[in-house]
Amino acid sequence: MAEVTGARAGAATHKALGVGRAARAIAAAWPWVAAILLWSGADTAMAAGGASDPVDAAIARYHEMLDEGNPAELDEMRGEQLWKTAAGPAHASLEGCDLGRGPGVVKGAYAELPRLFADTGRVQDLESRLITCMTGLQGIPESEIVAKPFSTDSARSDIEALVAYVAGQSRGVTMRVPVHDAKEKGAYALGERLFFYRAGPYDFSCASCHSSNGSRIRLQELPNLSTTAGAQRAYTSWPAYRVSQGLFRSFQWRLYDCFRQQRFPEPVYASDATIALTMFIAANANGAVYNGPGIKR
Amino acid sequence: MRRGRCTAARTRALAVALVVLGGGALAPVALQAADPAPDARFKQLLQQDFRPRGGAGMDRLEQDPVQKICTETHDRPPAGPREALQKEQLEAIRWPADGHFLGDWRAGEKVAQDGRGMTWSDLPGAVSGGGCYGCHQISPQEIAFGTIGPSLLQLGRKRGASPQMQRYVYGHIYDAKAYNLCSTMPRFGFSGALTEQQIKDLVALLLDPDSPVNRP
Repeated sequence: MAEVTGARAGAATHKALGVGRAARAIAAAWPWVAAILLWSGADTAMAAGGASDPVDAAIARYHEMLDEGNPAELDEMRGEQLWKTAAGPAHASLEGCDLGRGPGVVKGAYAELPRLFADTGRVQDLESRLITCMTGLQGIPESEIVAKPFSTDSARSDIEALVAYVAGQSRGVTMRVPVHDAKEKGAYALGERLFFYRAGPYDFSCASCHSSNGSRIRLQELPNLSTTAGAQRAYTSWPAYRVSQGLFRSFQWRLYDCFRQQRFPEPVYASDATIALTMFIAANANGAVYNGPGIKR
Repeated sequence: MRRGRCTAARTRALAVALVVLGGGALAPVALQAADPAPDARFKQLLQQDFRPRGGAGMDRLEQDPVQKICTETHDRPPAGPREALQKEQLEAIRWPADGHFLGDWRAGEKVAQDGRGMTWSDLPGAVSGGGCYGCHQISPQEIAFGTIGPSLLQLGRKRGASPQMQRYVYGHIYDAKAYNLCSTMPRFGFSGALTEQQIKDLVALLLDPDSPVNRP
């Protein structure tokens, strides 16, 4: 909720995109959106009670401005380099990695994940599958990969850059996440159950914030992930460059930070629980055209 | 605050609709109606795939009877258990010993603004806020408010500030589930997130005639 932490000086590489820098500055001043609201005369509309169209319109204008330049492109480029460069004890690249469409096929792979992989016998999302390839092909110990899977100001995560590259290779591809095999159906069912599971000191489930239309936390709109339209709109715009943090964020990060705000204990990175929840949301987004990586406040 | 009644009315309407439709597909889930995952597998998943961090221990994944029935019924519990559990929650409210409910609305505004508390990144034992603006419109000058809960603007002007109303608002913040079992709102007193004084300050923010919430 209180994630407006200011523009990051550490995002030096992103200075190549002037728009990204401007967008970051805008997000640093999230109350700036509030300023638009005032210019729109929304204050009078709201005084009349409740959410109003001028609020939504101002937020939509903010998103339009963000869309003009997405620094995630730089993460995609870094991820492509990482994908193609020999690394790890085995001095291998990831070009032999099978993301579900055969070894080395990246195009369209993200739009069909999570899915069951025969070689591991597991339903895997992109990030758990990247771990499989980095350990199997490159010989990098799993403990090393999962120690710090999310970028910070001082250290960029390689796996998040790889996510940016792979996801970008599904841009324009229709989402077709398979829910055919018993294990895929099982993952979907577990994810659905987790989505509606209320617990913790605040009694929150995912559904507490993500099962009604048009709701907001503060000025942040909340997608209704229990509907096809809501899941489609949200899922096809993740992973994403997070302007307020000046960092690219993977879908695993998205779930991780939701669970934090849900006041739950920490979900284990790329665990079956997080994959099941991803399966539930991704499969609900089937039929939509994937349009990520996105850009978010 | 009026949400409880609205929800109850909607629940009844849905129940009627269900009968009419012969129990047609109400589940909001878009895809196939997958069987709910078996209990044992689900519990195992929670145990193996979460870990304690900061103040957020594994005990948080265990449901109390309220969380359990609300999860199992998608927040539409049958009347019998609903009323029994609401009664239990109401009886568990610790009312102020001095019998006063109105604190300082200025302090209440700060509590309403502060969304920190109870996450694994908050210091265990640190003072929590209510995060009220996350979900509610409250003071008119704060336009960055959420809409998950109803607008509370002018609450005191509309509903008065009688002792009964003060007690109701105090109780609602302390334990919203005592009034509407599957309310989305956290039980701020019951969970220990807010102190008695913080809740009194919020009651003042909402009901005190001098609070910006109630200025004409």
